[in-house]
Amino acid sequence: MTTPVVNAKHARGRWIAYCAAFGIFAAAGVGVAMLVANISERKHEAKSAGFKLVELTEDTIDPAEWGKNFPRQYDSYKRTVDIERTRHGGSDAFQKIDDDPRWRRIFAGYAFAVDYREERGHAYMLSDQDMTERVTKFAQPGACLHCHSSILPAYREAGRQAGITDEPARAQEQIMKGFEVVCAMPYAEARKLVDHPVSCVDCHDPNSMQLRVTRPGFLNGISQLAKSDATLAHLPSIERWRKEGRRGEYAPNAMASRQEMRSFVCAQCHVEYYFKGPGKLLTYPWHRGLKAEQIEAYYDDVGHKDWVHAESQTPALKAQHPEFEMWSQGIHARSGVACADCHMPYIREGAIKISDHHVRSPLLNVARSCQVCHRYAEEEIQARAAAIQDRTKSMMDRAESALLDLLTAMSSAMEQGVATESLASAQHMHRKAQWRLDFVAAENSMGFHAPQETARLLAESIDYSRQGFAEVARARAAP
Amino acid sequence: MAIASGAAFGLVALAGVVTGLSGYAFHYAKGTSYLSNDPRACINCHIMREEFDGWEKGSHHAHATCNDCHVPQAFFSKYFVKLEHGYRHSKGFTFQDFHEPIMIKPSSDRVVQQNCVRCHASLVGEITGHAGNNESLRCIHCHDHVGHGATR
Repeated sequence: MTTPVVNAKHARGRWIAYCAAFGIFAAAGVGVAMLVANISERKHEAKSAGFKLVELTEDTIDPAEWGKNFPRQYDSYKRTVDIERTRHGGSDAFQKIDDDPRWRRIFAGYAFAVDYREERGHAYMLSDQDMTERVTKFAQPGACLHCHSSILPAYREAGRQAGITDEPARAQEQIMKGFEVVCAMPYAEARKLVDHPVSCVDCHDPNSMQLRVTRPGFLNGISQLAKSDATLAHLPSIERWRKEGRRGEYAPNAMASRQEMRSFVCAQCHVEYYFKGPGKLLTYPWHRGLKAEQIEAYYDDVGHKDWVHAESQTPALKAQHPEFEMWSQGIHARSGVACADCHMPYIREGAIKISDHHVRSPLLNVARSCQVCHRYAEEEIQARAAAIQDRTKSMMDRAESALLDLLTAMSSAMEQGVATESLASAQHMHRKAQWRLDFVAAENSMGFHAPQETARLLAESIDYSRQGFAEVARARAAP
Repeated sequence: MAIASGAAFGLVALAGVVTGLSGYAFHYAKGTSYLSNDPRACINCHIMREEFDGWEKGSHHAHATCNDCHVPQAFFSKYFVKLEHGYRHSKGFTFQDFHEPIMIKPSSDRVVQQNCVRCHASLVGEITGHAGNNESLRCIHCHDHVGHGATR
């Protein structure tokens, strides 16, 4: 017989066991319900692509409006305000001519000797241009805003005012006319027509969201490039247009593949350019091809110079930011890898995949940019990129020193009475050396976009500087 | 006693509800598909969509499905590996805490190698037949495109 005390103990123990079991089952029930909810959420995400909350038109410049329909892309687009240094560049506006003062002398007599800051993210393109001393201390045309703002509505308005009516058939004509008018305006006047940096509408059709190119400078440039005889194995739609008899104009929006468009939208601005003639018409010098010497040949043909060097009196060229041109010479382009594959890689949010609109250096995002194809550890990939960039930097250092040696030789010869005319061939070499060095230095990849092409250009630059040096000696020795 | 048996009944009922709910969750998440050899089971959760799409274009498409290469073929080791993968993948997808892009684990890499040799034994017998360590031999180091198409 059990005593009542033992009975009571048993009963209490049983109750505790029941309560614990109840708690465990209840928690398991909650866990399972949460899991079902999670699975349901993922399944739902996989189905819904987007909701159309606001109507978007060609005049919807404000990215926030687009963000209402495409919140994920907008979130990452906004992150282009982030400032981050990489080993050789990044999005921090450090003063390049303080970082390496040799460039002050290389650009002597030109605005870049006054202010040459590293560019920051897309979000700053317009405000940074307002601030650079190249604009505040020097007269610049409205042409600059072609790439520093979301400018298409301003072009249409200017075209309209110049007498091109709003008929759909004349839409492109109206834009092209407006482009001409705005290019020729003084910067301050044209600046009043725009108020946003690059926006969604510059690369996307507001109705279909398809990628499209809108910038007149690019449309003219790519059309010229297609007409040239330069080999363009990495742009198959141009090769096809040529093979099919070069009928009409090459039209990227109609003929290019989606993968080509994922580079063309960037090539609207990340290119070499100059302002043509008194109308300051923004022109991409691709008439003979995309290589440095093909562009140089075009500039020689049209007699273009960016400035006259203050020491050597050379009519010199300044490279802008020939990323598209340099990428075109590299293995990634040749393998069909687009700008967006590395600079706007796909990111996954839940069960949805979008392209990252936080456009930035792939070195800040190696896993998503590189590892998708290159199945190595992140440190290994970083090390491979660093090897290419460090080699480029050390070769670039030598090219800079060689150019300074040439400048020193030329200016001391002039001081000692050697006539400028007899230094013409040295000036010719200076122009070539400067162009090749700058084509690498101004290009924002420190050689990565096309390592071998970069090395070739720097080797040629050093050679032309030394040839120029020899020319100075010859001029001095001449009777 | 009456109260205690009432509580026991309640617990059994609750256990039944939890079991039912779990069963539904298993069905809703297409749990049985993971026991099959159907490649579509691998894209239930969208993460391996690229790998699946690549396989459809790869040269092995006509000859091998996911399980032919990625799990051992012996019954027990096959379902043990499926269990291990299933646990790791569902935990990763639920908590969203895995490395992207997904990359093969060393243990899975060895399974793939064994399966390469399993089918191609007569072709590579002269290579794998050497005495010593064959661990360092990886067919897919060079033949990396056969399963999922070209990646580099």
